[in-house]
Amino acid sequence: MTENTTGGDVRLTGISKTYGSFTAVHPLDLTVPQGSFFALLGASGCGKTTTLRMIAGLEDPSAGSVFLGDRDVTDLPPYKRPVNTVFQSYALFPHMDISENIAFGLRRRGIKSVKKQVDEMLELVQLGDKAKHKPHQLSGGQQQRVAVARALINHPQVLLLDEPLGALDLKLRRQMQLELKRIQTEVGITFVHVTHDQEEAMTMADQVAVMNGGRVEQLGAPADLYENPRTTFVANFLGTSNLIEAEVVETGSDVVVTAGGGKLEVPGDRCTDAVRRGGKLLVGVRPEKISLAHADDAGSIADGRNRVTGRIVDSSFIGVSTQYVVNSPAGAELQVYEQNIERDARLVPGAEVVLHWNPAHTFGLDADQSLLAGTVGAAGVETVEDAS
Amino acid sequence: MTWLRKNLVVIAGLLTLAYMILPNVVVMAFSFNKPNGRFNYSWQQFSLDAWKDPCGVADLCESLTLSLQLAAWATVGAVVLGTMIAFALVRYRFRARGAINSLIFLPMAMPEVVMAASLLTLFLNMGIELGFWTVLIAHIMFCLSFVVTAVKARVMSMDPRLEEAARDLYAGPAQTFLRVTLPIAAPGIAAGALLAFALSFDDFIITNFNAGSTVTFPMFVWGSAQRGTPVQINVIGTAMFVLAVLIVVAGQIITNRRKKTATA
Repeated sequence: MTENTTGGDVRLTGISKTYGSFTAVHPLDLTVPQGSFFALLGASGCGKTTTLRMIAGLEDPSAGSVFLGDRDVTDLPPYKRPVNTVFQSYALFPHMDISENIAFGLRRRGIKSVKKQVDEMLELVQLGDKAKHKPHQLSGGQQQRVAVARALINHPQVLLLDEPLGALDLKLRRQMQLELKRIQTEVGITFVHVTHDQEEAMTMADQVAVMNGGRVEQLGAPADLYENPRTTFVANFLGTSNLIEAEVVETGSDVVVTAGGGKLEVPGDRCTDAVRRGGKLLVGVRPEKISLAHADDAGSIADGRNRVTGRIVDSSFIGVSTQYVVNSPAGAELQVYEQNIERDARLVPGAEVVLHWNPAHTFGLDADQSLLAGTVGAAGVETVEDAS
Repeated sequence: MTWLRKNLVVIAGLLTLAYMILPNVVVMAFSFNKPNGRFNYSWQQFSLDAWKDPCGVADLCESLTLSLQLAAWATVGAVVLGTMIAFALVRYRFRARGAINSLIFLPMAMPEVVMAASLLTLFLNMGIELGFWTVLIAHIMFCLSFVVTAVKARVMSMDPRLEEAARDLYAGPAQTFLRVTLPIAAPGIAAGALLAFALSFDDFIITNFNAGSTVTFPMFVWGSAQRGTPVQINVIGTAMFVLAVLIVVAGQIITNRRKKTATA
């Protein structure tokens, strides 16, 4: 309701949720700036939906507080919070038509003349001709837009979206991502979006909080998270990373490590604090940052680049790019994405190659974590939790 | 042969229908009979006498009114209690939930005579005078099972997110129940109510044991069958049948029309 422009942040302080002996959300501090598109990203069971439901008031936190602006809403029931939710299943009322569904929130607050606002909302989500239809007569994408309209008509301070695109097919999902982004820009309301789809989070959100095992692993803008992951979970869950176990031989503004007999350089400011000589470090580099040269051309690679030699074990042609899998003494199954600009016909499985990249694109991670955290295995995403 | 194969389903369907409807047709036809003597078992001649004077037999309409009242109150009682029980069983986890869940089915599974006899023993031991109230209590008890079963199925298939959505959209607990929960559970409740009404109106065994000197319509029919069957019984039977069919047809027409306006 309130359209104040200042102090409309959502603040969670020390909020947590336990069910019996199971901790769904560990004590968590989070600030969602007013007017931003904020994504909570994580695999299923990471606590992101529970966090969202605590903001909505549908779940009581075991500890901590929820603030909307300066107002503590922790003890307010959901129907007294200026917050609305778009549910994963949409939860449209099956016994009401579309316009009644959209008008529901206004009517419950005793507003009598709702026609004009409902029409405006139907216009916003481009469903003007469906006003008298029942929800089951609409397609999934249309139902989803009704769910958004039903929430937005109340001008909430915050709109919560719980995997709203999860039930849609890929093409429609892409379309709805743009649509939601457009609506958010148009209405300027804070959106908190829960998703397990990292691409979705990165395309839509200004800020992404990556959650794992009931904790926020890392928080930042999508590009920042992608380029500077601070944990292996983030490195693997957001896109793909090549992680190489290495030993530190030199510290300073440039950290030098050895892996599989070769030397690699990592910018000191892109390493975790715990780097010391003789210690271990996980060296990471994104597959698209790597260039591939046939071993015969090794001499033409410019100086100062990180190099790893290896052998191609697999290649798949994707259209815009070719994805190679390379085994090397430094690490097994390194991923390399090459743009298909000038394809080298010698780069086939079995070929000896040199992987090289600009050291500035390398990041260093704490070696005390699982290499596989955040990778997608047969049983879903690995959510390795600390023993602590 | 091929003709038979093609139309086998239709023929089977028609035979089944005939099997079910024939008794009703006989009852209907004999409501226009003018019997010779006290028994209305052989066709004599067409007459509207009984239709013109349905209450012409002593005590018939009194028993009918009583049965309708009983059925109405039993339905109300069973629907209110049954709906609450169904919600409790589906929504909440509490001690003895499993036991209640199976106990609810008992009246459906137990032979009616046994239930009737044990109820009578109970009432007699407690010194309760048999009559309208004992019958009503008995009816509510066995109707309850059917209402609980019907409503439970509906509540179980209900998405709990719908109520969360209502609460999220500024509906307090009472509003959520009235605007969302109840309308969505309504078909289940209506089905339970219809069943309860029909079962209560119909019941003979349990009623007969626990009625004392009160006489319901089924008891009246039974009693008069010993001395001769007045045509009026067929009239009431026919009227009930026609009324029920009309209600069903009306219901169909209304839903069809709603569907049409919704798609238009």
